[in-house]
Amino acid sequence: MNIISLIIKREFIAKVRNKSFVVMTFLSPLLFVAVAVFIGYLSSMKAETKRIAIHDETGLFATDFLKENKQGAEFKYYDLSQIEVKALKDSITKENFSGLIVIPKSDNVNDLESKIEFISNNSPSISFIENTQDVIASKITKLNLEEAKLDTLAIQKAQSKVNIHLVKASGEESLKGLNEIKIGIGGAFGYLIMMFIIIYGNMVMRSVIEEKTNRIIEIIISSVKPFQLMIGKIVGTSLAGILQFMIWAIIGLGLMFAASAFFGVNVGPTSRISPEMMQSAQHQLSGSAQMYIAELWNLPIASIIIGFVVYFIGGYFLYSSFYAAIGAAVDNQTDSQQFLLPILTPLILSVYIGFFTVVNDPHGTIAVVFSMIPLTSPIVMLMRIPFGVPWWQIAISVSLLFATFFLVVWFAAKIYRVGILMYGKKPTWKELYKWLKY
Amino acid sequence: MGFCLFIAGITTNSLFLQRLIGNSHFDIENLENSMSNLLEVHKVVKQYGSYVALNEVSLNVPKGSIYGLLGPNGAGKTSLIRIINQITLPDRGEVILDGEKLQPKHVQTIGYLPEERGLYSSMKVGEQCLYLAQMKGLSKAEAKKQLDYWFDRLGIQGWWNKKIQELSKGMAQKIQFVVCVLHKPKLLILDEPFSGFDPVNANIIKDEILALKEQGSTIIFSTHRMESVEELCDHISLIHKSNKLLEGKVGDVKRQFRTNTFEVGILTNNVEGLMYDITQRFTVSPASFKSLNDDLKLNIEIGNATPNELLNILTQRGQVTHFVEKIPSINDIFIQTVTENSK
Repeated sequence: MNIISLIIKREFIAKVRNKSFVVMTFLSPLLFVAVAVFIGYLSSMKAETKRIAIHDETGLFATDFLKENKQGAEFKYYDLSQIEVKALKDSITKENFSGLIVIPKSDNVNDLESKIEFISNNSPSISFIENTQDVIASKITKLNLEEAKLDTLAIQKAQSKVNIHLVKASGEESLKGLNEIKIGIGGAFGYLIMMFIIIYGNMVMRSVIEEKTNRIIEIIISSVKPFQLMIGKIVGTSLAGILQFMIWAIIGLGLMFAASAFFGVNVGPTSRISPEMMQSAQHQLSGSAQMYIAELWNLPIASIIIGFVVYFIGGYFLYSSFYAAIGAAVDNQTDSQQFLLPILTPLILSVYIGFFTVVNDPHGTIAVVFSMIPLTSPIVMLMRIPFGVPWWQIAISVSLLFATFFLVVWFAAKIYRVGILMYGKKPTWKELYKWLKY
Repeated sequence: MGFCLFIAGITTNSLFLQRLIGNSHFDIENLENSMSNLLEVHKVVKQYGSYVALNEVSLNVPKGSIYGLLGPNGAGKTSLIRIINQITLPDRGEVILDGEKLQPKHVQTIGYLPEERGLYSSMKVGEQCLYLAQMKGLSKAEAKKQLDYWFDRLGIQGWWNKKIQELSKGMAQKIQFVVCVLHKPKLLILDEPFSGFDPVNANIIKDEILALKEQGSTIIFSTHRMESVEELCDHISLIHKSNKLLEGKVGDVKRQFRTNTFEVGILTNNVEGLMYDITQRFTVSPASFKSLNDDLKLNIEIGNATPNELLNILTQRGQVTHFVEKIPSINDIFIQTVTENSK
């Protein structure tokens, strides 16, 4: 134990003192915030107003489009019904119009449904097309209603709006937006684990390779057991990693606040949401903010945090044992690629399953199965936990994870033990298998 | 031991003389307790897959000796050394260290300088040595004390805060040597300790090895450089193709390989008469050695005859200026044994 703590200490200090580690620790949050500020700045810039020409031969729709002209809107409509279509077509680019809506003459408005054209050199955005269609369709509907002598006001009154309330079996009222919060929390933790495994697993591998290329390994291994060295390396590196993550979090949050206060822009992707959505969201929020906060507290916070810690430790150690074994088997980092792929695959797979399957159906078969399989469970199960997972599933998943962890550590230690003393050649899978039997 | 005097006559290396005297002193000690081996290897077998790296190899390394572990590349020396260091385990057989079966605690009593050796290139010399010494079970304070002693002794005090990457290869080798002797190991295993050293530093390390031996350390010395074996070792064993071919005191091994050939220099007027006399009884071939006289130089194999019989004939025919038994060098023994067993 004493020797392991000695190794942990050395690994930690070696990592933390490393120049690239220091640079990464303090530069990454700066870079991250800079990028976020940049994105925020870009999206907060007023998009260039696009000019749309309207040639309305019926004279029924142009006014409806002109009503859409508001301050700061993306499109500005111009009624150019007097000019001939041909002349307009030729001049749209010259006159700096983005497009031209052509509504041909028709006796029956209903004939227009499929006769309206939009002429443009660039393909228009889907939202623009939908919006245009909406404007025209509602006008036609209105005209039809009037023709049928129906009272539009009465119809509007008669239309109903349904708002389903989500209620849990336990009786508490739930909120629709809560699912997004759950996905957000689970996803963030799952993603964090993946990033941590990739970044620091690689670091473990590099440090094993370093000892091999330095040729110090034989001196060390004559004093300590390979297993002790391996565990010491993994723990030492992960402590350095946790420190780095904490520094990142602190600096990142600090800079975020500073940046948003200083530049007065919304930082990051939140500002990409259109103003209307923001408005409605704000409206909704102010009404139910308290309920949301109450709901957040109703989330299984304890199990989320405990789950994160348990799956973090299990998953990280499982994967770093793989990384350590690979590092021991190869002589340099380029040789490691062929062994890394099979390890990264389940990791990436679990993130995909998390974001596509768990989100849709957190308790479906695929989600349940992959939250049991040890290589994917740290991420998939963590994303399921906020939705409430029966304790027996967690028990099976965790015990499988740790059983595999011990098995893998045992295998990895064997490969490690043989591999660190093998120089000069790139081993094959077959040879790795042979080493297990030495 | 008669031939020792002759060697002493032609060598000018005072260190060698010193060693010889020391050596005879230890021979007596070894006679007194010939059973006290520090390390005994009993019929150790090690296989890698279907390849047999060690085939029932047994060794006895006497306490306080410098034991030369010889063998061509790939003979199995490193495998054996790794087993002694508990880096790998033998498939069969056992290793006894100081009367006890080898066990994990013994790593602290062994110092090992591997052939493939290095240090953490970006770590400071002092910290690195402290770390490695603590791994061998020294407390930090004790490690510091020992380091100060050794750095002072080798005149490298100024290196404490340097990084290994700032040092030359030879300098790094010195640090490695210090690291493996810091914890005063009972058994010191040195695999090619002189490779990478210039002659001056090689000599410093050689003196340190001898000093450690004087202090009671037992040293296993594995090398291809036969001249250093010749100078340092008092026991040798030869491993070839996973088998031990010979083992014993250097003198015994040499006696085993003696050819009873004498190198003779003689001043005579009657070469034909002399040649007639000696070729009748002995096998003669021309020899070459350095001499101040314009003498006839011969190698004479006397077979079962005594040296005196040869001398009698020679003195009757002329003035003997040179008379030395040709002692097989370890290099000769090595090459002879290996080539014989490679067939």
